[in-house]
Amino acid sequence: MRICVSSVGKEKTSPLDARFGRCQYFMVYDTDTKEYKAVPNKGLLSSGGAGIAAAQTVINEKADAVITGNLGPNAMELLRASDITTYHASTGTVNEVVKQYMDNGLPLIDKAVPAHFGMGHRNARG
Amino acid sequence: MHIAVLSGKGGTGKTTVSTNLAAVMNCRYVDCDVEEPNGFIFLRPYDVHTKDVSVSVPVIDKDKCKGCQKCVDICQFNALVYTRKGLVLFEKLCHACGACMLVCPGGAIAETERSIGKIDIGKTGSIECVRGVLDVGEPMSGPIIRELKKNVDSSLTLWDCSPGSSCNVVKSMSDCDFALLVTEPTKFGLHDLRIAVELTRKLSIPFAVVINRSDQYSGMIYEYCSKENIKILGEIPFDRSAAVAYSKGELLYDKPPFKDIFLHIAGRLKEEVLCS
Repeated sequence: MRICVSSVGKEKTSPLDARFGRCQYFMVYDTDTKEYKAVPNKGLLSSGGAGIAAAQTVINEKADAVITGNLGPNAMELLRASDITTYHASTGTVNEVVKQYMDNGLPLIDKAVPAHFGMGHRNARG
Repeated sequence: MHIAVLSGKGGTGKTTVSTNLAAVMNCRYVDCDVEEPNGFIFLRPYDVHTKDVSVSVPVIDKDKCKGCQKCVDICQFNALVYTRKGLVLFEKLCHACGACMLVCPGGAIAETERSIGKIDIGKTGSIECVRGVLDVGEPMSGPIIRELKKNVDSSLTLWDCSPGSSCNVVKSMSDCDFALLVTEPTKFGLHDLRIAVELTRKLSIPFAVVINRSDQYSGMIYEYCSKENIKILGEIPFDRSAAVAYSKGELLYDKPPFKDIFLHIAGRLKEEVLCS
């Protein structure tokens, strides 16, 4: 099984990034090899559709599950269509949230937040 | 001769100034605030005919798609995603550039038209009134503004732009010979006027300022304009009767004291445009 965690850095001790579309890296944990791999998020620098580009990154990594803070509507739709389960965590490092997931499980994300939720401003025009 | 009316800040009176000036100058009025055009409320054109505005969007033939993701990589707007169930298109992110079609090695992407809004063309007396209307929920104004540009000739035209300094304003202003910047004597008005000035200078379009809702604070606009060497063509006073007329969807140019004010602004605008 491959678990993808939205992360601020590229170490397993890096903190979780609560934003899915605009996180710096995805840390991919393989439960068979017990190894972590850092993948840069394609969505980080995109001018629009960040969640979509991030979802493509995760899909291409053949993830089975995603652990993140919030998901926008487009990313949610794509991950669902690709049978990737999404779990919520709010704080902790990458290896901590993976451990939490493996030991006790994490709550499922079943509802998307509005578009541009993590951008620090609403109603962006342009 | 094309004149753009813009402001930076919203609600300063672009539509008030441009509809009344169109009436005074007897020239074409184009509302390119396509997200919420309201100039027609005041000019009340009749015999309005409508043209549909469409953009081309890709159609995917899933049987021909081999999943190479070349289209996903080339798309600058993240409108395409290759999921485990095949290629998915987000229509509203697509900018209709056609790059996906060009790079697809299997010919799996074709093009179709999608309507995003319309343009209306009518008349009030001898004034031609044109507006663009973007459908609710559509994010891209550009194609509508482009269509507006195609439907006017070079005769005197006032372009009522959208607020701000976004792509929509830039697109509306480009090819204009002159810009009229409408501001109000508030800190916000001045702040956004500076942005509008910066934008207009960057586009190398000659311009001048009109102060709307002018009151005892107008001095700060004068001070800024004098420092920046910008001409102020006139002031529309902050007067209750203007608000009353506006609330009824009436023009101001035929009511005193506004008649003389708009005639004055129109005269000075013509001089400025000719000298620029």
